[in-house]
Amino acid sequence: MKAKAIVVTSGKGGVGKTTTTANLGAALAKLGEKVAVIDVDVGLRNLDVVMGLEGRVVFDLIDVLEGRARLRQALIRDKRVENLFLLPASQTKDKEALDPERFKEVVQVLLEEEGFDRVLIDSPAGIEKGFQTAVAPAEGALVVVNPEVSSVRDADRIIGLLEAREVRENFLVINRLRPRMVARGDMLSVEDVVEILGLKPIGIIPEDEQVIVSTNQGEPLVLKGTGPAAQAYMDTARRIRGEEVPFRALEDAQGFLGVLKRLFGGR
Amino acid sequence: MWWRRRSKEKAKERLKLVLAYDRARLSPGMVESLKRDLLEVLRRYFPAQEEGLSVALEERGEKVVLMADIPLR
Repeated sequence: MKAKAIVVTSGKGGVGKTTTTANLGAALAKLGEKVAVIDVDVGLRNLDVVMGLEGRVVFDLIDVLEGRARLRQALIRDKRVENLFLLPASQTKDKEALDPERFKEVVQVLLEEEGFDRVLIDSPAGIEKGFQTAVAPAEGALVVVNPEVSSVRDADRIIGLLEAREVRENFLVINRLRPRMVARGDMLSVEDVVEILGLKPIGIIPEDEQVIVSTNQGEPLVLKGTGPAAQAYMDTARRIRGEEVPFRALEDAQGFLGVLKRLFGGR
Repeated sequence: MWWRRRSKEKAKERLKLVLAYDRARLSPGMVESLKRDLLEVLRRYFPAQEEGLSVALEERGEKVVLMADIPLR
């Protein structure tokens, strides 16, 4: 992707925006980029806990937007991987403080003065003020969608809004895909979702229990995990960087092969 | 289960329909009431019958069109 400022969005809540932001941020940093992940979900912040950095939050995005803290003071450096930084959302302050123009300036400073290669913006659910602020500096978007009717419907709405705001470089991240359900025709396939939404996928992330385990531990999956979701996030990050990475054939961990593998000491 | 219709086909069908309405910023209820009004107007000119009259959105490539199918006899 040419876009340096990328918003991670979905419309519907609970589809995996924050997990996707954390993992793609960590994956891009692992691949050598200097990355800032920014949580714009004011009042319901979560990127800090998903990344395991909640204990180090002192200042937040709104402190920066309102001039109470300097940008560098508010950025939290992730010690596990070089060049990964978090700008947390405020848990208590007023959402009205989220001025899109100010936020745009902050992102510009990160990219032009602070030497960041990429800024990933975790957008709040919904299409209210927080969303508008999150989208303001974005040149591209990752629309996270689950293969499920309500999520696809809301994704369609968001894609329309992104286009209206001239966010041009947009891709789908299809999250929580269950290959076994797709195989028996009980889940929309990648092709179905792509056909309905008319946007190309850049990531296909299978449902994987490791996601929850890593969230429990506060460590982005890609930093340690080797399972299907960790691999899929790494692949996605490579595609964002412009590498040609084919999509893996997804093999279901719960399927017959998966059971055999586990029995005989595989993953 | 081979005899059961694959549920994703139903999901796809329902999604396409609901998105056609969403994209046109219409509610299905509005189209229903348009259908009633349309019938009233039609009856001034033709012996149109409610039975068989259908008004629905249809996607044609990039465009969403309103299709009315009006049986005259």
